[in-house]
Amino acid sequence: MKLDINGQVREVDADPDMPLLWAIRDVVGLTGTKFGCGMAQCGACTVLQDGVPVRSCITALSDAEGTKITTIEGLNGKVAEAVQTAWTQLDVPQCGYCQSGQVIAATALLTDNPKPTDADIDAAMSGNLCRCATYHRIRAGIHEAAKTLG
Amino acid sequence: MLPFKLKPEIFKPSRRQFLVGAAVAGAGLSISFRVPSARAEDAKAELDPFNGYVTISPDNIVTIRSAHMDMGQGCYFGIATLVAEELEADRDQLRVEGGAGNIKYYGNLAFGGAMQATGGSTAMFSSFDRYRNAGALARTMLVNAAAKQWNVPASEITVEKGVLSHASGKRGTFGEFADAAAKEEVPAEIALKPRQQWKLIGSEDFRRLDSREKATGKQDYTIDVKLPGMLTAVVAHPPVFGAKVKSFDPAPAKAVKGVVDVVQISRGVAVVADNTWAAMKGRDALKVEWDDSAAEKRGSTDLFADYLKQADAPGTVAANRGDVDGAMTKAAKVIEATYQFPYLAHAALEPMNAVARKNGDVLEVWGGHQMPDIYQGAAAQIAGLKPENVQLHVMKTGGSFGRRAVADSDVIVEAVETAKAIGWKAPVKVQWTREDDMRGGRYRPLFVHKVKVGLDEAGNIVAWQHRQVGQSIMAGTPFEAMMKDGVDPTSVEGVSDQPYAMSNFRSEVVNAKVGVPVLWWRSVGHTHTAYVMETMIDDIAQQTGKDPIDFRRALLKDHPRHLATLNLAAEKAEWGKEMPKGTFRGVALHESFGTVVAEIADITLEDKGGIKVERVVCAVDCGTAINPDQVRAQMEGGIGFGLGSILHEELTLTKGQVDQTNYDAYLPLRIEEMPKVEVHIVPSDEKPSGVGEPGVPPIGPAVANALASANGKRVRILPFAKGLSA
Repeated sequence: MKLDINGQVREVDADPDMPLLWAIRDVVGLTGTKFGCGMAQCGACTVLQDGVPVRSCITALSDAEGTKITTIEGLNGKVAEAVQTAWTQLDVPQCGYCQSGQVIAATALLTDNPKPTDADIDAAMSGNLCRCATYHRIRAGIHEAAKTLG
Repeated sequence: MLPFKLKPEIFKPSRRQFLVGAAVAGAGLSISFRVPSARAEDAKAELDPFNGYVTISPDNIVTIRSAHMDMGQGCYFGIATLVAEELEADRDQLRVEGGAGNIKYYGNLAFGGAMQATGGSTAMFSSFDRYRNAGALARTMLVNAAAKQWNVPASEITVEKGVLSHASGKRGTFGEFADAAAKEEVPAEIALKPRQQWKLIGSEDFRRLDSREKATGKQDYTIDVKLPGMLTAVVAHPPVFGAKVKSFDPAPAKAVKGVVDVVQISRGVAVVADNTWAAMKGRDALKVEWDDSAAEKRGSTDLFADYLKQADAPGTVAANRGDVDGAMTKAAKVIEATYQFPYLAHAALEPMNAVARKNGDVLEVWGGHQMPDIYQGAAAQIAGLKPENVQLHVMKTGGSFGRRAVADSDVIVEAVETAKAIGWKAPVKVQWTREDDMRGGRYRPLFVHKVKVGLDEAGNIVAWQHRQVGQSIMAGTPFEAMMKDGVDPTSVEGVSDQPYAMSNFRSEVVNAKVGVPVLWWRSVGHTHTAYVMETMIDDIAQQTGKDPIDFRRALLKDHPRHLATLNLAAEKAEWGKEMPKGTFRGVALHESFGTVVAEIADITLEDKGGIKVERVVCAVDCGTAINPDQVRAQMEGGIGFGLGSILHEELTLTKGQVDQTNYDAYLPLRIEEMPKVEVHIVPSDEKPSGVGEPGVPPIGPAVANALASANGKRVRILPFAKGLSA
């Protein structure tokens, strides 16, 4: 099976029923994408599929084939950089385990909606659990990134 | 996480206790020192320069080995700050790793140095002198080496941002002098900077070291450990606590593509595969028959009914002052209340895991080593090795909240046993799924509190009787030695030592016997004791028509830190000002692990009968705030963590089986429920206490008190999702 991950088309030798998450982590070997729940409840495994955030833990490989997958390792562009800079400046992460997913979700939000309100942020980020509850700074980080993007 | 009370100044470092080594050419300067401890005779590791606190290598990197595991609370950064302050290092040259395997270096000084552990919010307390001394010693030796080489007096050399310099124009980096410094004599005396000269401790500009890595997905956790030939195992665990494997049929699991082995271990059956998904599928296919004859089969409802009955009879006395029974009889008014707290799961986002690899007579274990000595001992026993042949790699973990400090070393044992069961033929990672994690026990114990308070005519408290029923965390573990007269301090902390002036006061506890494993859960006993104390105090104020803050002030005359913290929160929140229509506020104040925290919560009521917490003003006295912004981060996170538990979280059992197995049913806080949080730090020159846990306890009662101020409703069955409709 061929998968386009971070702009690189790779031959992935995996069971067709293996979720994208485990193909990315165990077969391709990119570990920035995290396992948290296995049922699309926590968002730690969030990746972009053709630019749209999806939960890779429930994405079938057959559905990923022929699409462009972006993981945290391949995330780039000015919106992503603004988010990651804001995350660093405000020291958003604590344990950091959910933050790959948070950064991807925040990047997708700001790409769609350059000036989100708190309510927009809550709606877009609700599926991304942070057990350290860094939510206060996630909101601040998104506003900060929005500001730097003008 | 761990319950221990901070002990005052038990550690007086002596210069002679420092050891310096340059093990091999090019290794540079490595600073360690001994801590007097029960196991000080173990001399071998003492001379191992790689087990020190600070290593400066010729490539100018300063590597700091932390005695405490970083589960997100930022202790690596705190410790790096302490070293860098005295060393005068540059931020960019700092690296922090976990240290383990030498109790003399890493024994937690809050526990007398007798064991290495991360818990009880003690990391900064234990590290404050230890790591500043290490930094100062390294700087002194670098300076002495430079003085010799430059032929100038050491006193004329200045050190700034990792550079040594002299007025003559001579300059050199730490790396350039690392080897020479290692050959210097250990100075007889080193002086620590006076507080007025601190540049990094207390600074707002010196920022956490790992944020960028974590924002870019580069931080590795145990789940990310990759070793050549490594296999991944998923373990079939008993469906109820206390059940054992009766028999199993490995064939269907082995038929799954990628499954390599199916082996029985002490805690279940491990399915070993060449990737995680195959191991998970193999476990699904596996057929295990369990012997549940000795298992716990009661449900939460049964336990509450039993505990409520037990709460009617006296328990073991944890604290007793005056004549409670006599004063209660004479009281003009008696207020009684019963509270119910469910089991809670840590539910850290990285499910439990560990990696084991044995080569020859050396076993390596990667994991969240929150209690390394215990894990090293357990791993050594399984492998038939001496403890010093077990090398622990301390990983940063995706949360923990106490979950990775387990006396029986659970997932560590699983990884080592599985690797052994396959004949050590490959490194093995045991990876739990979310369901394993949720069903895995080690919960915050379920508790019932029954409180009876006697008031006189004027509404003064004349008698307080407080009885609790719940499982002891320490009983049946090596920590039992810390129980006194049958009282587990982690059950009653926050009640037995409560600060309010009461001449007749009694705290009792009944240790319930239940087969569900329990554990310290971020702020431990304070998770329930603070809720009961602070809602009862508030209830009394409300029932006697007193302002809740004035009422507390009057009872805290002998507790200046409590008063100052409460007053700071009241001032910043503008307590007493008129609130917008529909907004209500409540306050709570609680000391845990040597840190006092006051929180004032503003809430609004929702149409459906729920509540929304809009804003929390928090004041904290944690002694010296080493990294003020990280103090704020821990208060913010603690408030969110505590709020989730109070609003929604409960882990229930039905006939011994866990009902909530994933985040669809077990409900930590999500972003839409996170209030705005403002944190104010009480200025202090005292030694630091901790901040990882103390933000948690006050939020529940602050919110509960806000609700009571809105509509008089007192929630006494937790979580709110249940108690609001009770």
